[in-house]
Amino acid sequence: MKDEISEIVNVENLVYKKTPLMTDNILSYCPGCGHGTAHRITMEVLEELGIGEKTIGVAPVGCSVLAYEFMNIDMQQAAHGRAPAVATGIKRTWPHKIVFTYQGDGDLAAIGTAETIHACNRGENFVIIFVNNGIYGMTGGQMAPTTLPGMKSSTSPYGRDVHIMGNPLKMTELIAELPGTRFVTRQAVHTPGNVRKAKRAIKKAFENQMNFKEGINFVEIVSNCNSGWKMTPVHSNEWMVENMFPFFPLGDIKVDGELVNK
Amino acid sequence: MGELKLMKGNEAIAEAAIRAGVDAYFGYPITPQSEVIEYLMVEKPYETTGMVVLQAESEIAAINMVYGAAASGKKAMTSSSSPGISLKQEGISYMAGAELPCLIANVVRGGPGLGTIQPSQADYFQATKGGGHGDYHMIVLAPASVQEMADFVSKGFDLAFKYRTPVMILSDGLIGQMMEKVILSEHTPRWTDEEIIKLSPWATTGKPASRERNIITSLDLDPYRQEEHNIHLQKKYKEIREKEVEYEEIMCEDAEYLFVAYGSSSRIAQKAIKLGREKGIKAGLLRPITLYPFPSEAIRRLSQQVKGILSLEMSAGQMIEDIRLSVDCEMKVEHFGRMGGVIHSPAEALQALEEKIIGG
Ligand SMILES: Cc1ncc(C[n+]2csc(CCOP(=O)(O)OP(=O)(O)O)c2C)c(N)n1
Ligand code: SF4
Ligand SMILES: [Mg+2]
Repeated sequence: MKDEISEIVNVENLVYKKTPLMTDNILSYCPGCGHGTAHRITMEVLEELGIGEKTIGVAPVGCSVLAYEFMNIDMQQAAHGRAPAVATGIKRTWPHKIVFTYQGDGDLAAIGTAETIHACNRGENFVIIFVNNGIYGMTGGQMAPTTLPGMKSSTSPYGRDVHIMGNPLKMTELIAELPGTRFVTRQAVHTPGNVRKAKRAIKKAFENQMNFKEGINFVEIVSNCNSGWKMTPVHSNEWMVENMFPFFPLGDIKVDGELVNK
Repeated sequence: MGELKLMKGNEAIAEAAIRAGVDAYFGYPITPQSEVIEYLMVEKPYETTGMVVLQAESEIAAINMVYGAAASGKKAMTSSSSPGISLKQEGISYMAGAELPCLIANVVRGGPGLGTIQPSQADYFQATKGGGHGDYHMIVLAPASVQEMADFVSKGFDLAFKYRTPVMILSDGLIGQMMEKVILSEHTPRWTDEEIIKLSPWATTGKPASRERNIITSLDLDPYRQEEHNIHLQKKYKEIREKEVEYEEIMCEDAEYLFVAYGSSSRIAQKAIKLGREKGIKAGLLRPITLYPFPSEAIRRLSQQVKGILSLEMSAGQMIEDIRLSVDCEMKVEHFGRMGGVIHSPAEALQALEEKIIGG
């Protein structure tokens, strides 16, 4: 048995290995949640670019508040929504380091709206990874600024009534309009193909940070929150494709500082 | 020897920051402290010492920029006035929890709310008792002159890094706006990257293979570990109370009555004492230089000698609570102070001493 395994585990058969930039800590995410995949591909990109030792990450408040338990690099934990200001403080004083924030939709598009828009508008040179699951996952599934019209949450139990609760906010389209953003894209991580695309986008974002002095590189990942949506992981991904993607269409929105015309 | 200049208190803070080798200033305009960032923008230290100066979109953003820079081992500071300091409380609490060194200057104006742009000392509670959520304290320095506005910048950073804690300079619109002679210290170079890594091995400067990753956080969901952390913080505050108390005694040797006053009010008290002595009233002044830690021992000692204490503050009476605690309520302690931006006169202060302490 042991021999059989060691035969399988040889270099020729090696198609995947865990990046050393992820720790061995057990992920605190619900099984089926997209956060873990988003973490992994971000860390794989840092490893592939060889920049893990010079990167400082900023964790948000949200389900990914403990990102620093899983990402094996120097990290700071920011107050709710303030990650772009914290990252500004790091990058401005350590311009040769690589800096990124990892934020949820409540963090980035509700309480942190001002910090997000102004960091983008100033053209700060760091990467923002924005995991949009249309809900406040961590606090138990309340309505987020990204919750779809009609979508149920614990604070919109009869569905989001846009006349009472306002409309969902497309933060990514909004910041793409700002002169301070260089690369703005929307991706997903629910299929192997999407994971590869999302990883390529994250790589481009970090490469831009390395190659240019200015400009936010912003990668939105539309993701599921199977627990908050009260669905099985498989069903949540189907629901996401059917309902989230029409409202939050995938693809590049701004490349090399130019808006992509669709 | 340093350079002699005539400056506003706010300008002195800014110039001292450049000379102290500060790495970054993040601020947002508010009267009566906007001269700090205006002065820095005119001086452009980013072209000389390499100091970053950035106008943030809000006080909240500014204090969080300080958080990011401080967590990476840099000497970072911000300044504001009362309403803006209220907005910074979230960030200050996080920095106290995450044990980050930084300097915050509050050039206090009258409140509550938008209040007034005139000087006040009504933010004493907020500064010395915590201000934000959770069990924490800042070290609070109270300058009484433009000279001290300048001196307390490097002093503040020394304390901040010694204890890994936010330090506040608590001044007011009077000291921020008035012009006085100030001797500026020589330039101290900013720390090099290597010095930062050596001085602050805890800072997030990028994880080399040779060490574990550095994490800056105020979060620990395990209540027992969080309690341990709180016990650790409380030990630190105790050490600060034991080692860092500073105060000045003026004409206390033969004093029968005592003023306790800090900052602007201590200047007014000195004049009141002079007026009093002309009339044969032997009053003295204890001026706290650190408001946290508070000079309780010194006040207790002087209470053995004097017949009564008047707390002089431009507020409804906030520091008076700490004075009363210092003397265990065993002696007459009264308060006098104008509010809402009105500055009491020396004559008013003396009259209050006569009515509330001597006659009362
Ligand atoms: C100042 C403040 N307000 C509210 C909270 C409570 N809170 C924690 S996480 C969260 C929402 C996070 O949602 P999101 O950013 O979408 O992240 P997710 O958990 O969905 O990944 C809220 C409101 C907090 N921690 N701090
Ligand atoms: S609550 Fe939602 S976002 Fe949070 S870990 Fe679970 S599935 Fe993921
Ligand atoms: Mg969310």
